[in-house]
Amino acid sequence: MTIPPVHNAEPLRALAASRWRIAITLTVVMIATYFGFIALIAWRRDLLSRLIAPGLSVGIVLGALVIVVAWLLTWIYVRWCNRHYDAQLEAMR
Amino acid sequence: MKTAIGQPSGVAMAFFFLFIAITLGITWWAARKTRTTEQFYAAGRSVSAAQNGFALAGDYMSAASFLGIAGLVSTTGFDGLIYSTGWLVGWPVVLFLVAEPLRNLGRYTFADVVAFRLQQGPVRIAAAIGTLSTVIFYLIAQMVGAGGLIKLMFGLSYETALMIVGAAMIAYVLFGGMLATTWVQIVKAVLLLAGAFLLAMMVLAKFGMNPARLFAAAADKYGAGVLAPGKLVSKPLDAISLGMALMFGTAGLPHILMRFYTVPDARAARTSVFYATGLIGFFYLLTFILGFGAMVLVGPDAIKAVDKGGNMAAPLLAEYLGGTPFLGFIAAVAFATILAVVAGLTLSGAAALSHDLWVSVVKKGEASAAEQLKVARIATVALGIVAVFLGISFKGQNVAFMVSLAFAIAASSNFPALVLSMFWRRFTTAGAVASMLVGCGSTLLLIWLSPTIQVDILKHESAWFPLKNPALITIPVAFATGIVVSLFTSNASVREGYAATERQMHLGTAGD
Repeated sequence: MTIPPVHNAEPLRALAASRWRIAITLTVVMIATYFGFIALIAWRRDLLSRLIAPGLSVGIVLGALVIVVAWLLTWIYVRWCNRHYDAQLEAMR
Repeated sequence: MKTAIGQPSGVAMAFFFLFIAITLGITWWAARKTRTTEQFYAAGRSVSAAQNGFALAGDYMSAASFLGIAGLVSTTGFDGLIYSTGWLVGWPVVLFLVAEPLRNLGRYTFADVVAFRLQQGPVRIAAAIGTLSTVIFYLIAQMVGAGGLIKLMFGLSYETALMIVGAAMIAYVLFGGMLATTWVQIVKAVLLLAGAFLLAMMVLAKFGMNPARLFAAAADKYGAGVLAPGKLVSKPLDAISLGMALMFGTAGLPHILMRFYTVPDARAARTSVFYATGLIGFFYLLTFILGFGAMVLVGPDAIKAVDKGGNMAAPLLAEYLGGTPFLGFIAAVAFATILAVVAGLTLSGAAALSHDLWVSVVKKGEASAAEQLKVARIATVALGIVAVFLGISFKGQNVAFMVSLAFAIAASSNFPALVLSMFWRRFTTAGAVASMLVGCGSTLLLIWLSPTIQVDILKHESAWFPLKNPALITIPVAFATGIVVSLFTSNASVREGYAATERQMHLGTAGD
């Protein structure tokens, strides 16, 4: 690999790598959550039909939780970027 | 239940004309600020993160999700909820993988990113094929839905309805460009969220503000089965394949990707997806309440009596709870929803035709600003007319599958090439072109061979390909094609070109 003459690419590459690790991890968690939900629907119908309280089946609660997980993951990512990534990136400009 | 749906309603008309008047006012204001290509395609990069969050939500929450999912929940219960969650899960993927690099690398279209360090001509042609296929199928579904919906709600003829949609949409995009389109999306998103929220609160008021009591009432009336998975997901592979199309297709939808160029920088792009995910998730949670509310208060039979597909569940619920005036309001909101989505689609299609094909391929990047703008406007009018024409020619056809087809193409043609071009330094021009063409072609072929076309539409006994949505096969095929072809064509200069890409992908360009 050639390194651009003016800038040292290494710190940027390390920061980029840390961002990719977080991005990929969170993506995998999202994929696992949603397809886990689909797999339960497909193969554990009995579990999802069970009622936690009158009117609240496990399926409905898990369905709402998938949306909550999506929110949480985006929040975690944005918080990490705002606290760590942006500041380090700014230092490299 | 007696309903005013299908009769021309004064209230609905009043709300509808109010919306048209406000949005044309916005267009008139935006037109004075739309003089350059950057303003036309990207609203001069002046849109704030919060505004873009609402606009993304507006672009994404189509009438199909408002009316279709509420209808599905009201007639099937839990099975409909699977869709409510599926339509949201693509958004975190957009945030983690594409939003920021896309903003830093491109100017107007996602092809800018794929072509960044590759040969412009072939890459942009292949990207434009993927973009236009996605846009056309999405547009057909929206237009046919719009015609039917407006006919049902306002009593206008199908053709008249499409002409109105086409004329308004062309006016927004042609004169107001991205700035007008953005504000139409924002107005629509606020109206849709407010309307759905109000409706949900009115439903919950009847159940002591407790969703569980609403669900329990549904189970009392229609059996505990409505709270559990039913026959809709009898084939798990179908559900997984559709899930993959939704999850990765969102990050390949051209009209969504284009929105990231309207904000000032990558940080704003990131924040805007955070807002959008919050708004869209909130909206889909509301569809739980609306769907079960319509099931309990209106009843599946009454809903199906008005429209077999159940699409009128939310409007019927509005009429039950708030009478004809509220029905009129919800009808106007549904109409605004369609208008906003088709405007966004048309603008992204016009960008592919003018920015990618005309300016970058035909003119090799040598076109004056005035010419670029002129071509973009001609493309807008042409696409608008094509959309109306397609809407009329597909009248009465079952086009519901076309939305998931559009997602499948976006997921198989646009998403793999976009991701590989950003993250893999060995990616080559030949690899990119092959990945996009194979992704798009295999999706179209497998849809043609699937039960969706062969059994549901052509009424054949069986289909050669078993899945209703091909994404489970076509996404891996597109990735594999891109990787294999690149490995055979990679050389040192390709890998060196990546260093500059990498730098700009994270730091952006100064002064942009």
